[in-house]
Amino acid sequence: MLRFLVRRLLQAIPTLLVLSILIFAWLRALPGGPAAALLGDKATPEKIANLNHVLGLDQPVIIQYFKFLGRAITGDFGSSLVSSQPVMGEIGTYLPATIELGICAMIVAVVIGIPAGYLSARYRGGVADNVIILLTLVGVAVPVFFLGYMMQDLLAGPLGLPSQGRQAAGLDATSITNFAILDGIMTSEWDAVWDAILHLILPAFALATIPLAVITRITRASVLEVLNEDFIRTANSKGLTQPVVRRRHVLRNGLLPVVTTIGLQTGALLGGAVLTERVFNFRGLGFLLAEGIERRDYPRLQALLLFGALVYVLVNMLVDVSYGLIDPRVRVR
Amino acid sequence: MNTLLTKKKEPIDKLAAASGRSLGAEALRRMLRSPVAITGGAITVLFLLLAIFAPLIAPKDPYERYLQDKVSLGQGIIPGAQPGFPLGVDDFGRDYLSRLLVGAQQTLLVGVLATVIGVLVGVLIGGLAGAFGGWVDTVLMRLVDVMLSVPSLLLAISVAALFQKPSQWTVILAVSMIGVPIFARLLRGSMLSQRGSDHVLAATSLGVKRTAIVFRHMLPNSLGPVIVQATLTLATAILEAAALSFLGLGDPDPNRAEWGIMLSRAARQFLDVRPELAYYPAIAIIVVALGFTLLGESLREALDPKNRR
Repeated sequence: MLRFLVRRLLQAIPTLLVLSILIFAWLRALPGGPAAALLGDKATPEKIANLNHVLGLDQPVIIQYFKFLGRAITGDFGSSLVSSQPVMGEIGTYLPATIELGICAMIVAVVIGIPAGYLSARYRGGVADNVIILLTLVGVAVPVFFLGYMMQDLLAGPLGLPSQGRQAAGLDATSITNFAILDGIMTSEWDAVWDAILHLILPAFALATIPLAVITRITRASVLEVLNEDFIRTANSKGLTQPVVRRRHVLRNGLLPVVTTIGLQTGALLGGAVLTERVFNFRGLGFLLAEGIERRDYPRLQALLLFGALVYVLVNMLVDVSYGLIDPRVRVR
Repeated sequence: MNTLLTKKKEPIDKLAAASGRSLGAEALRRMLRSPVAITGGAITVLFLLLAIFAPLIAPKDPYERYLQDKVSLGQGIIPGAQPGFPLGVDDFGRDYLSRLLVGAQQTLLVGVLATVIGVLVGVLIGGLAGAFGGWVDTVLMRLVDVMLSVPSLLLAISVAALFQKPSQWTVILAVSMIGVPIFARLLRGSMLSQRGSDHVLAATSLGVKRTAIVFRHMLPNSLGPVIVQATLTLATAILEAAALSFLGLGDPDPNRAEWGIMLSRAARQFLDVRPELAYYPAIAIIVVALGFTLLGESLREALDPKNRR
């Protein structure tokens, strides 16, 4: 198991290195060069020359790359053009909101998606199956940001749910970790916990649609495949009761591919968060990125893009490892 | 050698005739019986016809600002539907129905071009990797891994953000990058599996040149999955282009009648005043994306040899 873990970790290194080269090249390909891009509107020829020297842009490219790599590893991405704060600090402040939202969305997707996919497979060809498949297809075809606006427009009022931000205007909640729910529990401010949950509902459902649709379809396909396996016939013919067959044989084997899907869907979540957080003014990393795009805040964009890719690579590695834990066959390969 | 080929060819052809139909004909026959495929196909054909003939059907000039003096965005006034303007007008007083119709053309253009570029680059990378193997394969696939390691929307954002002045072309280029690694993987996998297959072995032992094997034997046999994926990518391309527009990385030209641009402008600028102006292009996008997805899924099912009887 340890060897598997180490091998998987080592495999991620070349990917991350090539990625760092691409991001390094990306900043150099920006219009007017990196210094002009980093300075934004404030750029004057003297300032550009000065920054070029400070950034070491008058040195050979190879040396520049290694310096960039060194700074990237220590988390130094410069300051945001919008807020003048160090970008890494901003990421630290806004990250909890996105984690909170992402986890809620994933919970929604898994809690609804797996039972729906299972039902769909069990009653294959029936009305429920057809309705569920149609819904998953429509779910993927709806632009995420439009769905967010539609929820604000149609659901927020009748359900009495907040549709903007993370916290009600009058509420004075103590902030320790920036995880709104966790903070509320730690300080026993239960109204703050409730408020945080209410603010999460609409954005979480909007963000969940695509992972939900994908998880439902993968569960369905996977369960259908398992139902045709010989060991299910064996289990049935040796007289096991249906609930036991379903729980121990069908679900256990059928959920393996779903685990991988959940990992892959974090990518969709990271992309979707940019749109959802922008629509709901939910101040997380996605909001930060959307604002960075509008203001052409390149230091912030660079750090967030690299960070997003890093998270995605790490999550998929974790999924691979957990896959090895669930299914011993994977480790042997 | 020629005689050998022709001699062998005849009985094989007869055999195929005896078994009935080719894979393509069989797939077509199966699709014509499936309601899903027919729905998807009908939506796609309708969309294509609309895109081609839109300028002829559009009742008014989509760029003419007919009711501009009646619009006051500051006071939240956009005239609603009225005689001559069945779907109302946008914030420039332009006929919304005509813009939606002409929008089919622009939307199709973005979707198709982004997909085609993605397919071409992806097939080139995947084909080279699959045909040569060895270090070419390793290097190219490492690159593909990196592209896949960036979440798709972030990949498109990073490409689109490279350009100081966003335009329709930067959007198309950015969206096409999402497809590149997917098509590369797909083609490489399918070509690698064929390298060891009997028909490639047969061609090699007959002395057929390597390029001929790649282009005449391996590529045509790998195209099925690529076509399926391309159909599905058409749907995502249109959606991702809309997302880029929404994030301010789209074509800033307010004249351009493209559904994604129309939707994001309506959603961001005058949703409170006239929500229906967002709903119309959104419904159009959803229906078309659904159509492509249905068509792609049923194509996949029809082309799957496992379903052949």
